[in-house]
Amino acid sequence: MIDKMDQVFVLLQHWLVSFLPANLQAFAAVLLSVIVIVLLFPALFALTTVFERKGLGRIQNRLGPNRVGPFGFFQPVADGIKSLTKEDIVPSSANAPVHFLAPIVLVVAVFMGFAVLPMGRNMVLVDMDAGLLFYFAMGASTEVSVFMAGWSSRNKYSLLGAMRAVAQMISYEVVLLLSSVSVVMIAGSLSLPKIVEAQNQYTWGLPHWYIFTPWGLAGFVMYAIAATAETNRSPFDLPEGESELVAGYHTEYSGFKFALFFLGEYLAMFSISGLGTTLFLGGWSAPFSALTWIPSWIWFFSKLMLSIFVFIWMRGTLPRLRQDQLMNFAWKFVLPFTLLNLMVTALWRFMGEGWERWVVCTAILGVVWVVMGRIEMRSEHFGPRSYRYAE
Amino acid sequence: MTPLTAYLLVAALLFAIGLAGALVRRNAILVLIGIELMLNSANLNFIAFWRYGPHPEALTGMMFAIFSIAVAAAEAAVGLGLVIAIYRHTETTDLDRMNRMKG
Amino acid sequence: MSVVFYLVAALTIAGGLAAVLLKNLVHAALAVTVAFLGLALLFLSLDAQFAGFAQILVYIGAVAILIVFAILLTRGSDLPKDGVFSRTWLIGLAIAAAVFSVLGWAVLRSGPVLPNQSAVPTVTVHDIGVALVRRYVLPLEIVALLLTAATIGAVIVAMHEKGGSQ
Repeated sequence: MIDKMDQVFVLLQHWLVSFLPANLQAFAAVLLSVIVIVLLFPALFALTTVFERKGLGRIQNRLGPNRVGPFGFFQPVADGIKSLTKEDIVPSSANAPVHFLAPIVLVVAVFMGFAVLPMGRNMVLVDMDAGLLFYFAMGASTEVSVFMAGWSSRNKYSLLGAMRAVAQMISYEVVLLLSSVSVVMIAGSLSLPKIVEAQNQYTWGLPHWYIFTPWGLAGFVMYAIAATAETNRSPFDLPEGESELVAGYHTEYSGFKFALFFLGEYLAMFSISGLGTTLFLGGWSAPFSALTWIPSWIWFFSKLMLSIFVFIWMRGTLPRLRQDQLMNFAWKFVLPFTLLNLMVTALWRFMGEGWERWVVCTAILGVVWVVMGRIEMRSEHFGPRSYRYAE
Repeated sequence: MTPLTAYLLVAALLFAIGLAGALVRRNAILVLIGIELMLNSANLNFIAFWRYGPHPEALTGMMFAIFSIAVAAAEAAVGLGLVIAIYRHTETTDLDRMNRMKG
Repeated sequence: MSVVFYLVAALTIAGGLAAVLLKNLVHAALAVTVAFLGLALLFLSLDAQFAGFAQILVYIGAVAILIVFAILLTRGSDLPKDGVFSRTWLIGLAIAAAVFSVLGWAVLRSGPVLPNQSAVPTVTVHDIGVALVRRYVLPLEIVALLLTAATIGAVIVAMHEKGGSQ
């Protein structure tokens, strides 16, 4: 019974496909999974927009949208109708084909990333041998679409926003890759289902998730910082900050194309959170061995929504970083720390089982974190505030 | 026509297009684009021979292609840096105009 | 040969042709990005998964972005006054045509003696990793040195002349 609940979607897929002749069955199975992904994640996106606006509202001591539907939960329907019926304005000097293709390229590249995420036991669309590399290749393709959007609008603000966004995405992409390499080193495979399998073991009831190891915690923090910067979320959202650059690279887009950009950004957030949970938080495995009776896909989506909640929380709480502060942070702090994390991971693997490796690795990472932090903050002056009043 | 021949012909055509681009265009950056196309077509040749050759488990073709991708990326970076530096000096990227050694 | 191969090969060649023929530089850069994508798909059709994904990651994610940045930094968006083809374009075209005819003739003539395994090679990423640190460790280290030298060189070459860094 528990197994059936766990594999209910797989069994449903097999049952639906069995109605077709044998030579069409594989194709129909993949098509069915693709349709489910294409319908499920935009629905999750609609739900997330409401959560975000209400969550930000509560953080800022106000109610979010509460007019449309019970407690405002039909707001995405109203938003959808608005973006579909708004006039599609294309600037007359804009480069029409590139302007049209940019949101399409973004959404296609982001949807491809969902193909390798294991959403439950046996529930991955394509089990590729080089799955993680495929995911990062799709992530790199989104940078081209950002540039296309900014350049084709023939607007200096859009171009500037696009340049900043691309520079930020390239810098933090390196960090994202390096923090995933330490996971690959320990799991021994680039295939995401195998990485989850490696974390699906329990010692004294506690799981072997990589976040519970010193290098895993450091790697997860670096990954989270890089993920926030890759998806242009606050506090790294200068390229699209409304008070800075109007709307950055999607200034000249209106109506459905803007909705596609919005969709692409949130879907990128989902897929990068999905990858983060797969690499560090154990994917679809349960936190305690006593809880494995709850289906695996429920765990995956709960961890995904928890990551989204943390993203929304960071957006409401932290101030925005300036572009040069952001780039400084990437190249001078996060990247060296990630390289050190890679070496500490190798040390962890080399030292073998036992308590010594916990102590040594935690000590190295902790000391370097504090020392590098102090070096980066040496020109800040903290202390009690002094106020000057107008005379 | 065997599959290998088809891939080799595509690679040869791409190489010729890249060569034409490097020889015919005025802008320095387009010459670099032509060079990248030539390198890519050579990679395609390597992978095609690796796939249809007698010993694919020796991985020679795949390794060559991977190293070639890495080296081509480095060469593109340095080449584009050079183009930017020359642009700052001569205010143009037109190769027909850069026909003397004295600055 | 399957329909997919013809479509992808046509896409790649169209991208390459557009890259060398278009007047607008940014359009040319986007066309060569399409050519890179087509090549990555050709690699994937040859069962070279690692090379295909590395091609997308490196070429589309880095080299194409470098090219567009260089175009924007050198004011490539303005059309040149003298046209986009150099004075000696006919000779260049003739040379390229000659090269293609020689290569094509060589490939078609040597059709019978070329190898033709059709068994799919079972190469995993694990094998590539093992090969990189055993048989190919020297090229790996040399490429690392080369990339370091290229990074430092590119930064120095493109720096502002008064000594400040951009």
